[in-house]
Amino acid sequence: MGAGHSHALYLPRASPLHRARPQCKLAAAFLFVLAVVATPREAFWAFGVYALLLAGLARVAGLPLPTLARRLVVELPFLAFAVFLPLVGQGERVEVLGLSLAREGLWAAWNIVAKGTLGVATSVILAATTPVPELLRGLERLRLPAAFTGIAGFMVRYADVIADEVRRMRIARVSRGYDPRWIWQARAVAASAGTLFIRSYERGERVYLAMVSRGYAGSMPVLEDLAATRAQWLAALCLPAAAALVAATAWGIRP
Amino acid sequence: MTAGPALEVDGVAFAYPDGHQALFGVSFRIGRGERVALLGPNGAGKTTLVLQCNGVLLPGAGRVAVTGLPVAPAHLREIRRRVGIVFQDPDDQLFMPTVAEDVAFGPANLGLRGAELETRVKAALAAVGMEEHAGRPPHHLSFGQRRRVAVATVLAMEPDILILDEPSSNLDPASRRELAEILTGLDVTILMVTHDLPYALQLCPRALVMNRGRITADGPTGELLADAELLAANRLELPFGFDPAALRAR
Repeated sequence: MGAGHSHALYLPRASPLHRARPQCKLAAAFLFVLAVVATPREAFWAFGVYALLLAGLARVAGLPLPTLARRLVVELPFLAFAVFLPLVGQGERVEVLGLSLAREGLWAAWNIVAKGTLGVATSVILAATTPVPELLRGLERLRLPAAFTGIAGFMVRYADVIADEVRRMRIARVSRGYDPRWIWQARAVAASAGTLFIRSYERGERVYLAMVSRGYAGSMPVLEDLAATRAQWLAALCLPAAAALVAATAWGIRP
Repeated sequence: MTAGPALEVDGVAFAYPDGHQALFGVSFRIGRGERVALLGPNGAGKTTLVLQCNGVLLPGAGRVAVTGLPVAPAHLREIRRRVGIVFQDPDDQLFMPTVAEDVAFGPANLGLRGAELETRVKAALAAVGMEEHAGRPPHHLSFGQRRRVAVATVLAMEPDILILDEPSSNLDPASRRELAEILTGLDVTILMVTHDLPYALQLCPRALVMNRGRITADGPTGELLADAELLAANRLELPFGFDPAALRAR
């Protein structure tokens, strides 16, 4: 398997990070982010160390840093919020480049930017080294209820099918001269959304019928044993362990 | 394997819960290894009949048996192993993240695991010429390829009878021919539901005509298609330029 996987975010390589069990990677990523979030915001050096750890990880996985950096763009809308904090914050103010900014707001903004960026970078690396089906199996191994992973799996599978349907419906609208300029002209779009919902619902019924016809009796068969060995878990947990150490040190040497 | 026909439908009548009566006493038999077309206009009850064959719907009256085993709630699992249905839209049938996992879904539900399961998956994909796509997600395949994988998902269960719902719909001529070659190469009983009369003629020596919940004709496909009156009475039409006289000669 593995030939021709072309998921949007997955970058196929032959690295130890790619080979690692998905459940180990998920747990490691989650714990790493926890450690990052638990770090005091004043400990600039700690965030530097985290960034270096992630950069090292990307290197081991053979992921090009510019590509990863570009993917960080998804967090921009959240960062926009952080930018407002120093402007509207209360309390003691400081002059920066001629702007009067709230000290507390600056700290809060830095806190969000640093931790947010590290968190997003972690998930960017996870997504680049793990195909979506494997992520789902990893979540299953981590005892996420089968209903959740099942729904997520169907969502991934049918996202393209539904997007295609949306596209065809749009073309059909445009072909009949529909060119909305104002919000009150959006009625046709709303109607299309309703139709799409009904169609998807009916498709759900047909998919279920096809599943039942192939012997489905309420639970998805587990096809592959993805159990991780102790060594695999230990290797994966090195990263969050290092991060926890950094976070603990940061608290320890805090003035 | 027990003796007797692959599929026996005996006086089957069925009404949907909303009161709409879809089948009015349908009876026919299909022998082992036969390839039979089920022809009929939209709304004739073809799909309803198909769903009776694997117990998704159970008849209000009459009886359906697959290689001797009656379709009843007690042994639906075995019935669904014996009857493989390929649905019209492959996107409804292929729901797992990869082709191989989807093909494995049926046999895994039957309890197969490990090497045995892998052999089944490989054999089924080889039968439809899709081995090299095993690891791909279904939505990255062409429509014709998805239809072939849909056939493989059912073949992997090693069914006694393969039922195809409109197998040629939306296929381009080359995919259509490829599928025909695959189907004629299979050593399995086939019931093919279709409006595509030339395709029925190409693949199935025998045809059943269905209209308004009843079987209205049963005979050699070539003869039925040459009978203009029969076709007209059942809202069936040959494509433009098709010569019924040429059919009689077959």
